Amino acid sequence: MESRHAEMVAAQPWLPQPWIVREVIRETADVVTLSLQPGEGAAAMSFGPGQFNMLYAFGVGEVPISISGDPADASRLIHTIRDVGLVSRALCGLQPGALVGVRGPFGSCWPVEAQAGQDVVVAAGGIGLAPLRPVLYHLARHRARYGNVVLLYGARKPDELLFGVELEAWRQAGIQVEVTVDHADAAWRGNVGVATTLIRHARFSPRNAAAFICGPEVMMRFTAAALEERGMAQERLFISMERNMKCAVGFCGHCQLGPEFICMDGPVFAWPRMRRLMAVREL
Amino acid sequence: MPDVPATDARILQADRLDRLFEALIARGYHCVGPTLGEGAIVYDEISGSTDLPRGWTDEQAPGQYRLKKRNDGAYFGYVVGPHSWKKYLFEPQRRLWQLKRAGQRFERTDEPPEPKRYAFIGVRACEIAALRIQDRVFAEGSFVEPGYAKTREQSLVIAVNCTQAAATCFCVAMNTGPEVREGFDLALTEILEPSHHFLIQAGSERGRELLSALPTAPCTAELQQAAKTAVAQASRQTRTMETAGLKELLQKNLESPQWQDIATRCLSCANCTMACPTCFCSSVEDTSDLTGDHAERWQRWDSCFNPDFSYIHGGEVRKTTASRYRQWMTHKLSTWFDQFGSSGCVGCGRCITWCPVGIDLTEEVRKMTQPEGGRA
Repeated sequence: MESRHAEMVAAQPWLPQPWIVREVIRETADVVTLSLQPGEGAAAMSFGPGQFNMLYAFGVGEVPISISGDPADASRLIHTIRDVGLVSRALCGLQPGALVGVRGPFGSCWPVEAQAGQDVVVAAGGIGLAPLRPVLYHLARHRARYGNVVLLYGARKPDELLFGVELEAWRQAGIQVEVTVDHADAAWRGNVGVATTLIRHARFSPRNAAAFICGPEVMMRFTAAALEERGMAQERLFISMERNMKCAVGFCGHCQLGPEFICMDGPVFAWPRMRRLMAVREL
Repeated sequence: MPDVPATDARILQADRLDRLFEALIARGYHCVGPTLGEGAIVYDEISGSTDLPRGWTDEQAPGQYRLKKRNDGAYFGYVVGPHSWKKYLFEPQRRLWQLKRAGQRFERTDEPPEPKRYAFIGVRACEIAALRIQDRVFAEGSFVEPGYAKTREQSLVIAVNCTQAAATCFCVAMNTGPEVREGFDLALTEILEPSHHFLIQAGSERGRELLSALPTAPCTAELQQAAKTAVAQASRQTRTMETAGLKELLQKNLESPQWQDIATRCLSCANCTMACPTCFCSSVEDTSDLTGDHAERWQRWDSCFNPDFSYIHGGEVRKTTASRYRQWMTHKLSTWFDQFGSSGCVGCGRCITWCPVGIDLTEEVRKMTQPEGGRA
């Protein structure tokens, strides 16, 4: 199945495959999760945590969206999408039964299995939790393989927090889940402040830990810097980058950042590869 | 096209040049090559020697291109114009597909175009280098662009050695010319004196077969020497570029104030990227009809100089002209090595000639290499 999909992408890298919306889950006011199943002529795909697909809203356009589902469950293909533009709005508005075009999966993966026996810090800001959810599903399922596992998750406001059910399930599975918001409301009893303020609550051994970080660039830079300060090695920090993409296969040139094509070399990078580039404004 | 050792040169009399066109057409090739158009020498479909810009040359300088009459009957007595061969392999705009939404499937409603068999006539050494560079982008990476790969594979390169350089040429510095050494099916050298003829060599099996069909004569040592001398004239170039250490130098100067200085002149018009034979960026445009059930996707050339090129939600990554020029120049001359193992510049000088304000890439590199005040 997997190789048939890869073959189709290789033979016709520009051509979307038809998938059907099976379920639409409204996560927040502007975030929707789509569960897809293959349409006629499409093959189920397996993917690694951190990879993305190009999702095509028919006649409207195509955007890169990280896969937010469980990598161990190939029966459904799941993406979590924030409505921020023309195409993402069209995708968020799809109803069950609708056709959506899919090309992928593309890009690099979070090296989660390589961290067996180690502590794992997962740090997410806003919609950045979506590309990390496959990692958390994996860690929860194979909890015993890893040392301390901690999720540090920041959202702007309490009503923008994603995946409430999963957050609780991950807690139950033995993951330390710390949540913060930038702006509290009257009902909020939790942490207030940016995601980096959670690091002091995290239980992990910096010298025996890896971190997976995804969120706005400023959040990733500060989180990586704070984890370095806690004594983590630079090369054990990983981040996921976002850039404009039109092709996802290295042809269109849009996603370049210095020497990197985010679509093929990334989106997941070891921090040392991005550190210098991200320090340069407008690169 | 696998290179085979070039054959010994043969001589084709200039008044027999149409035999080459006839042989190409008989073998089903679409001949494309230089012709006069738009006040310049451009590449277009041609069918014989009368379409060539015979007796014309080009005079080039930063921001300037002029056609001039020659006082001889040279067919290839010009250097390079605003067009490059990429427009045939990586078209300025093309439909990628047309789909109909039908139940649980997409029905493809277009006929994917049959890739053409082109004979590119008059390809210069720097342009062969540019073709090789785009091969690495579209045909030799993790993914292969099927249209490019097929068209390239079945097209012929009929090269022509330059026997003069424009004031904007710097292929010698980039080690891509002026002599055609590889990557051709046939290579011609035009000799005007004492009689008008072409030295002609085959560089591939297809080229050999073609050459055998032409009315050629053996080449004498004198004519061989005359051709060498003619090509050597094209090595005399006024522009140059110091490439040693340039990749690293640019990476060290990402925050140089010189980018701001360039931005005071650069119009961010994208001409350099359109004229550049290696620039490969493109965008796509999705459209649908009124029923919403028929849609198509078009690919168009795009440029890192366009503001929305780097747009992600929240705004453009490269908002300023300084950052966009930096992206273009550091990509072309530095990060291209990381990505594709070579420079992205072949020294053809098009970006200098076709820049409306005459920004000279070689001069900007020189300023970066030898900054006033010793900054490095």
